[in-house]
This record gives sequence, C-alpha cells and structure tokens, in this order.
Amino acid sequence: MRRRLLMGMAALPAAALLPRAGFAADKPATAAVNTTGLAVTDDTVTVGILHSITGTMAISETGSVEAEKLAIEQINASGGVLGRQIKFIQEDGGSDWPTFAEKAKKLLVNDKVAAVMGCWTSASRKAVLPVFEQYNGMLYYPTFYEGLEQSKNVIYTGQEATQQIIAGLDWIVKEKGAKTFYLLGSDYIWPRTSNKIARKHIENHLTGTKVVGEEYFPLGSTQFNSVINKIKLTKPDVIYAIIVGGSNVAFYKQLKAAGIDLSKQNLMTISVTEDEIQGIGGENIANAYACMKYFQSLKNPNNEKFVAAFKKMWGEKSVIGDVTQAAYLGPWLWKLTVEKAGSFDVDKVAAASPDVEFKGAPEGYVRIHPNHHLWSKTRVGRARLDGQYDVVYETKDLMEPDPFPKGYQ
Amino acid sequence: MSGTASVKTFFLSRKDVVCILILAVVIMVVFPLAFDNFRLNLVGKYITYAFVAVGLVMCWGDAGILSLGQGIFFGIGGYAMAMFLKLEASSPENTKIQSTPGIPDFMDWNQLTALPWFWQPFHSFTFTVFAVVAVPALLALVIGLAMFKRRVGGTYFAIITQAFAAILTILIIGQQGYTGGVNGMTDLRTLMGWDIRTDHAKYVLYFISCLLLIGCVVFAYWVRASKLGRILVAMRDKEDRVRFSGYDVADFKVFVFCLAAAFAAIGGAMFTLQVGFMSPSFVGIIPSIEFVILCAVGGRTSVLGAVYGALLVNFAKTTLSESFPQLWLLGLGALFIAVVVLFPDGLAGLYRTWIDPRIDRLLGRAKPEITGSIPPAELTETTR
Amino acid sequence: MFSDYSLGDLGSILAMQGFAGLILFSVFVLMALGLAIIFGQMGVINMAHGEFMILGAYVTYLCSELFTNYLPALYNGYFPVAIVAAFCASGALGLLVEWVLIRHLYRRPLDTLLATWGLSLILQQVYRSIFGAREVGVELPDWMLGSTHLTDTIEVPINGIIVMCITTAITVAVYLLIFRSGWGKRVRAVMSNRTMAGAVGIDTERVDRMTFGIGCGIAGIAGSAFTMVGSTSPTAGQLYIVDTFLVVVFGGAQSLLGTIASAFTISQAQSTLEFFTSGSNAKVLTLLTVVAILMVRPQGLFTVKVRR
Repeated sequence: MRRRLLMGMAALPAAALLPRAGFAADKPATAAVNTTGLAVTDDTVTVGILHSITGTMAISETGSVEAEKLAIEQINASGGVLGRQIKFIQEDGGSDWPTFAEKAKKLLVNDKVAAVMGCWTSASRKAVLPVFEQYNGMLYYPTFYEGLEQSKNVIYTGQEATQQIIAGLDWIVKEKGAKTFYLLGSDYIWPRTSNKIARKHIENHLTGTKVVGEEYFPLGSTQFNSVINKIKLTKPDVIYAIIVGGSNVAFYKQLKAAGIDLSKQNLMTISVTEDEIQGIGGENIANAYACMKYFQSLKNPNNEKFVAAFKKMWGEKSVIGDVTQAAYLGPWLWKLTVEKAGSFDVDKVAAASPDVEFKGAPEGYVRIHPNHHLWSKTRVGRARLDGQYDVVYETKDLMEPDPFPKGYQ
Repeated sequence: MSGTASVKTFFLSRKDVVCILILAVVIMVVFPLAFDNFRLNLVGKYITYAFVAVGLVMCWGDAGILSLGQGIFFGIGGYAMAMFLKLEASSPENTKIQSTPGIPDFMDWNQLTALPWFWQPFHSFTFTVFAVVAVPALLALVIGLAMFKRRVGGTYFAIITQAFAAILTILIIGQQGYTGGVNGMTDLRTLMGWDIRTDHAKYVLYFISCLLLIGCVVFAYWVRASKLGRILVAMRDKEDRVRFSGYDVADFKVFVFCLAAAFAAIGGAMFTLQVGFMSPSFVGIIPSIEFVILCAVGGRTSVLGAVYGALLVNFAKTTLSESFPQLWLLGLGALFIAVVVLFPDGLAGLYRTWIDPRIDRLLGRAKPEITGSIPPAELTETTR
Repeated sequence: MFSDYSLGDLGSILAMQGFAGLILFSVFVLMALGLAIIFGQMGVINMAHGEFMILGAYVTYLCSELFTNYLPALYNGYFPVAIVAAFCASGALGLLVEWVLIRHLYRRPLDTLLATWGLSLILQQVYRSIFGAREVGVELPDWMLGSTHLTDTIEVPINGIIVMCITTAITVAVYLLIFRSGWGKRVRAVMSNRTMAGAVGIDTERVDRMTFGIGCGIAGIAGSAFTMVGSTSPTAGQLYIVDTFLVVVFGGAQSLLGTIASAFTISQAQSTLEFFTSGSNAKVLTLLTVVAILMVRPQGLFTVKVRR
C-alpha cells in the first residue's frame, strides 16, 4: 500500500508538468531499450532506493533518501529518462547489513529495478556488492569512503579517500604551516584506512611534518576526556578527526568544554557535514576545518537552484551535507548514462558510464572516471556558528579518483 | 510435550513422531513448492535462526538458564565457516592485485603480510566443521563452569552473557586485521570448488539446513526424554531439592549450556553458507535478544514451537519492514510485550490449550494424563 | 612518551587526567544509579533504561527551545528547570509503565527483561516519529560551556563539574531516601522479604511503583545532564546500556555502595588505560578485566546477604 502511495507521489507532480505532446513520437520502443527483462514499460521505469530509515544509521541516511527523491522528481518533471517516468520502490535497510543484502536481492530479483540508489556505510555496501555482481544490478553509492574497491556494478558518487584527504593536508600545511598531526578516528575501516593514507602522505610526501599520535575509539563511544588531555600534552598543530555518529557530538562538546579553542587550535575533519553539525551544535565546532567536495554554502547557480528546490520539498530548516549532494547526483548520472547508452540494460549502462559528464551538479561539474568513481574538486570549509561552512579553499583542477593508490597502501 | 509420560522403549511417542513429520513436510515440501527461489532463501535464513531457538528451549525453557549471549555462539560458528570460505576465495590468482596475494583482502588492507597462526587450520574443511561445533562448546564450557559452579544464575547470568556478547563485538570490530572488522567477512564464493552463490546451490543448502534442523530437534527430544532431561526440569523448578538429592546441579547446567551453544553454532555456520557473509551484527546484544524472542514467541518449553516461532517472527519482520518500514519496530516491540504478558507460553501454549484438546476429541481419544507439562506462570521464576 | 615534557606540564596533565577520571566516574554513577535502584531493590531488569534517559534529554531539548522562543530573558536559568522537568517526565512514564506492564511480571524477572526490551523498541520508534531520525542539538547557556582555570596550566571543563555536582546531589538524595526515610525503610523491607513486608502492613505494590518511578526519574536526570557531554537521538540510549549494566553487575546487584565502588573502579581503569594506550584498546582491556573478575567473583564486588 505504502509503496504504491510513494510511487504515486513521485509520479503525480511530474505528470502534471509534462508537456504531453511531442514525446510519444521520439520515444524508443521498450523492446529496444530493455533486452534483459528489467521493470521498464512504455511509460515508466522503476528504480530502487535502499537506505536505512530505521535504526542507528537513519540519522545519516535520511538526507540521502530526500536528495534521491528530489532528483527523481526533477528528472520526471523534465521529461523522464528515454521518455519514461521514473517510479521508485523504497526499501529499508534497517541499519543492518544482512538486511541490506536481502533487500538488494529483492529489488533486483523480484522487482527487476533498472538501478538502485542506496547504501551509506561501507559495511552495507560490502554486503550488497556480491548481490549486485551476481544478479548484475547497478548501484549508485553516495558516501565518501575508503577506496580499495572498484566494480562494474557500482558508480561511486562520493569521493574515495585520497581525493578527500590529500588536497586538504597539502592546504593546511601550506596555509597554516602545520608540522605535527594528531590522528583520531572511530574504530572501523573507513577512519583507519583514511588515517593510513593521511599518515603516509604526512610522513612520505610532505616535508618536515610528522604524526604525533593516532587513536581509535569504539563506535558509539561517548567519553573523550582522556584523549583530549593527551592532545593538550602533545600540542599538535592539527587535530585530524574522523569520528562518526553519536561519538561526534560527544567529542566536539567535550573538546569545547576542555577549553580547546578551535580558532587557535587547528582541527581538520573529513567526517562532519552540515548534517552532523545539527546534532553537534554550531557553537561547539565553529572554526573547525572540514575537507570534502561539497558544502551547502557553495556559490554557483546550480547549487543555488538545488538548495532552493531541496528546501521547498523538505522544509526550510533542512540542511544539505556532502553525502546528500552526492546522493542527488545518483539519479541524474544514471539518467545521463542511460541516454548516452540509449538503453536501460545494465551492461550497456556500465559500459557507457566512463566520461559521462553532469554539468548541472550542485558541486559544479563532475565526470565519471573509467574506474567508476567521479572526477571532482576538493574543498576546505571553515565551520560557522550557524552550522554552515565558509569555503576557504578549492582545488584548481578536478581531482582524479584513485581507489587503489600506489604508495599509500 | 506429553511424550515424556509415554512409552520408554522409544524416546518419541507416536504423537511426537507425527509432529516432527509435519514440521519436516512443512519446511521441506510445502515451502519449496510455495515460494520462489528468493523467498526460499529467506526461509533458509530463518531456519538457521531456528537452531538457536531450539538450543534456547533446552537451556532456558528446560533448565531455566536464560542466555543473552547466543549471538556469541551463532557468530563464532558463522565466522569459523566464513574463514574457511574466505581462505578458499582468496587464492593467489584471485587476489593478484593485493600487496600480499593469497591472504584475505581485509588482512591485506590492514598491512598483514601473512595469515595469523590461529586462522591457519581453517584451510582444512574437516577442521572447520570440527571447530564450528567445538570452539563455541568449549567457550560455553568455560563460561558455564565459572558461573554455575559458583551458583550464579537467573538474571545475573543473563546480564553477564550479554556483557560477553558486547565485548566480543567490540573485539571483532577492533581487531579488523584479523576479523574483517565491522564489515565482516564478505564476498564468499565457493565451498571446496562448489559455487554456493547459484540458485541450485542455495536449494541444496536449504535442504541440508532443514535436515540438520530436524536432526537437532530429534536430538533435543532424546535429551528431554532421558533422565537428564527430567533432572533439568526438576532443577528449574526446585534447584535446591535436586542438589539435596545428591546431584551436582552445575554439571547439568554446563552440559545444556554447551549443547545450546553447539546448536547455535551449527545455525551460524549454515547461515554463512546460505547468506554468503558473516558480520559482527550477528554477535552483539541485539541479535542475542532477538533469538530469545523467537524462542519466547514459539513457546519456551516447546522445541517445535521454537522452530515455528523463528519462522513466524522473521516472516513478520520481513513483510512488515517491506510494507511499513516505519512501523515494524513498533510491531516488534508490541510483539515482545504481548508474548511476555499475554501469552507466556507462546504459540505452543496456544496450541496446547486450544488445538490439541480438539484434535484429541476429534480422534476420539481420552485426554491423556499431563504429567510432563508445566504450569505456565512459574516458568522462569527464580529463587532470589 | 613523557621524556620530552617538563615536570610542571606533566603534573598539570596528571591533575587534569584525574579530573577526567572523576568526570567519567560521575557519568557512570549517574547512568547506573537509576538502574541499580530498580534492579537491586526490585530485581527487575529494565532494558529500556537508556530510552528513559533519552526522554530526559529530549525534555531538556524542548525546554531549551521553549525558553529560546518564549522566555529569552530567563534563558540562562533554563537548565535547572529542564532537570526537574526531565525527572518528572521520565518518572511519570516510569509509573505508567510499572502500572501497565511491570507489576504483572514481578514473579518472572527474566520476562521483565524481554518486555522492557520491547518497550525500548517502541520508545525509539516513538522518538523517531516525533523528533525525527536526526540528532537534535541541545543548546546550552554560555555559563555552562568552556572551562575554568584552576591554575595557569590546569583547566577543568565546566560541564564536567556540573555533572559531578548533579551526581553528588542525586547520590546524597538517594542515600537519604533509602537509608534515612520511612519510605526507604519500607523499600528495604520489601526487598529483603516481600511476603513478610506485606504481612506487617506495607503496601508492597505502592512501594514497587514508587521505586520504579524514582529509578526512571533518575534516568531522566541523567539523560538531561548528558546533553552537555553527548548526543541526543532516538537510538542514543543504546550507547549507554552496556556500560550501565556492567557497572551494576560488577558492583553486586543489591548494593548501592557496590554500584558506586564499581563505577569508580571501572571509570578509573578505563580513563587511565585510555591515557596510556588508546581508546579502543582501553575499552577492550577494561571489559576483559571486568569479565575476568566476574569469572572469579560472579556475585560482584559487594553483596548483601539476603535470606532466600
């Protein structure tokens, strides 16, 4: 019932806007664009949305769902994909990796969706990856992540670790004269791999810089006073923090309470987007630097349109973080790729993916690399009191995605 | 189970045999005919949970020991099997792009250059099968001896096992070079050259799981019908009297706890085979409590009830979360409360009060003397 | 690791580390006290304890919103109001839950565990429906932020001091309530022998209900206090539940003194280990030590002799 309702919601406003005449003529026949039995009809094509809307990850994944629904609605309003309106089936991963695998299989095998927008954590992606490879589905994955992966069946619309990390480190060393770094993280693969890359870069690729401490905390940890004391003792030039989830809130509140003033002590993070700041509170994290590819405050016409549309759909108070924007790219990149391939077939879409460009991206301009990651710029933002970031630096060129970086392993 | 009161020459009464046969027909004939491959694979997953539930009936329902750490044993069994599959999937040809080919990918990412010694034996399938059962049973033995010899039981034991589950999760996630961390062990492909990802393999694995489950159920019946089983029940109801009669209560508790651990581990291993990966999310507190609820819904003193409970709750979970994702937590929570407050005997209790007498009447049989069954309200009352 | 630092530096760091340990101790006591009362005095395992805490946190959030919008002049003083409101809200919910659910289950302590787990799932979903899945940021008045300088080099976080004060106040209050008041005498009587207590005219049902309500109310206060140091989201309650239970079990269930002693031991062990190793290892080492001790002494640090 609910599912049908959702589809209806997506299709309705679009149907009203559709200029009906003129489309039917140049619409390619279903048999031609769908040779593998996907859920494509003469008027519609079905995709899946697979995120956690219950459980601990619902905090983070809600934004991605909203962005994907917005993108789908906009695509439908602009005429759909190959003349077909997008319908979506939403499934709940429930913050539980096996459930993700189960639902992914359902979407691919039972519902025969043409593509899936979804997953957030690395663990959920790892769980669904074999399913997508076995049943030949197409996944658009929005989160920045640790790299070390590349698949024909996945388009990674977030940054992999080297893209996100290296430019930021270079900037802070050049701009702030930073020499010593204290690396922190939640204890799982993304922070550990990212810190490994950061450490290699600091020790081998930059000169005169060193790591003075590296520590990990169990996921969900809420007590950071001891490490804060260690930071006070070692006085690093930069605290490099990759802490996630509820721990984030505890960490920044306690950092502030311990009298560490972020306008004097440099702190760089790659895990705190505008979404997380809502929970942390702007006053607790103001003046921290974040290094990622997108900030809501980015000034360009694409972004202004995107932010306005997002707020119109999801409320004036909603904020948009890096991953939310990357999730928005998913449906658009898929649409562009399908139109380039002239087919919904997964093999053709996968093959056509390299060099697909999206000029309307809120982050500016993106292009799919042959390794299925995106070329994108990296930016550094400084947190403001109101929970937004001021962009203080942006790489001149697009950064090349390199999921298996030589010299950083 | 009125079986305990009947003929002793064979441990199953005629009625027990019929009930077990019905279960066998339901899971091995009806389900495969009624469901497509995707749904059947899901059922296969539920069946693996039923192993844990059967173990819990033995240790919670019969012996009054509530373990909130069954996830530990399910997880260890699953991880043992997963490691065997992972080693097979990580042949040097498959892992050419790694800095150290031939070891699992997650080890390579964590700068390990050789397989740690404790994973070495998992190259052997025989050892793996042995380890799946032995390691959890051994761990249960250690925990059981420490606790039961000192007469720790009831709520206290429940919380300590829960703490163990939490600790093991933190360990697995923290030691990601050795365990795959929070991602678990993924991308498992073949079992001794046999591709377990194909539909055909899933079919075969489903039937193997079913057969193993029936085996466990029959074994559970046998234990319950033996003298041991009756001592367990006596112990639950009045532990001191059993002790004063000269039995070492702790030994029996340790035994049944180990047995439950072994059942859970078999379930875990079959889970890994059918689902194709193992992750710490099956080890922690939440899955451990969910296993208990499966058992409670089915009826904590009924082995077959536990199997049906496992199937039913998971069906409900999948269906509810497909159609009403926001509501399924509410539904699940309400189910917990309803089972505890309104139907402490679960499905089996409903069956005993409503259906069983009618069948008897239908068949023209007189109501048998119920000597083996237990009055519901005092099921888990512990002496404090 | 310390060769590079001057003695003065080390001294002040050690002093601050001592404070860090004390803060952690206060946090543990605050978390565990409500649970210890309920578990120790009534034998009920309240798995929804974390959710009662989060209710307190959400009430604090609502208070801060309320004061910002309607009483901006009094904003600086909203926190004490929020604490009282949190106590009332969680306590009231506790009374309700006891009346609807728990009182049917006193003879089956293991079943309370399952029922309250179900309750925790329901509460989580309710919070999610009302407040959204995302974390809410609880704003605090300026005087509660930052740190205070004891000497030039020793800084102590103000929120830590506030948590310590609240903990001390609650602990003293609980002590007085249980060991120095008529009501406490009745609670202890019911705890040591329910039937006898009933026979001498104590209304055991009423005592149980009040005990449960007060335990939950204290959880609410804890949740309110933790908005200063932690996050507020529908599932945040689960972050605390394991630590809380460990503290209670390690202390010996029926002894409030034991709870405090075990909170002290665990917090000091953890904060010292965190300083000398790293966060994740410290946690594992602490947990393993606790388990090892529980293996040798499963009844916990302190036990109260109860006639069975």
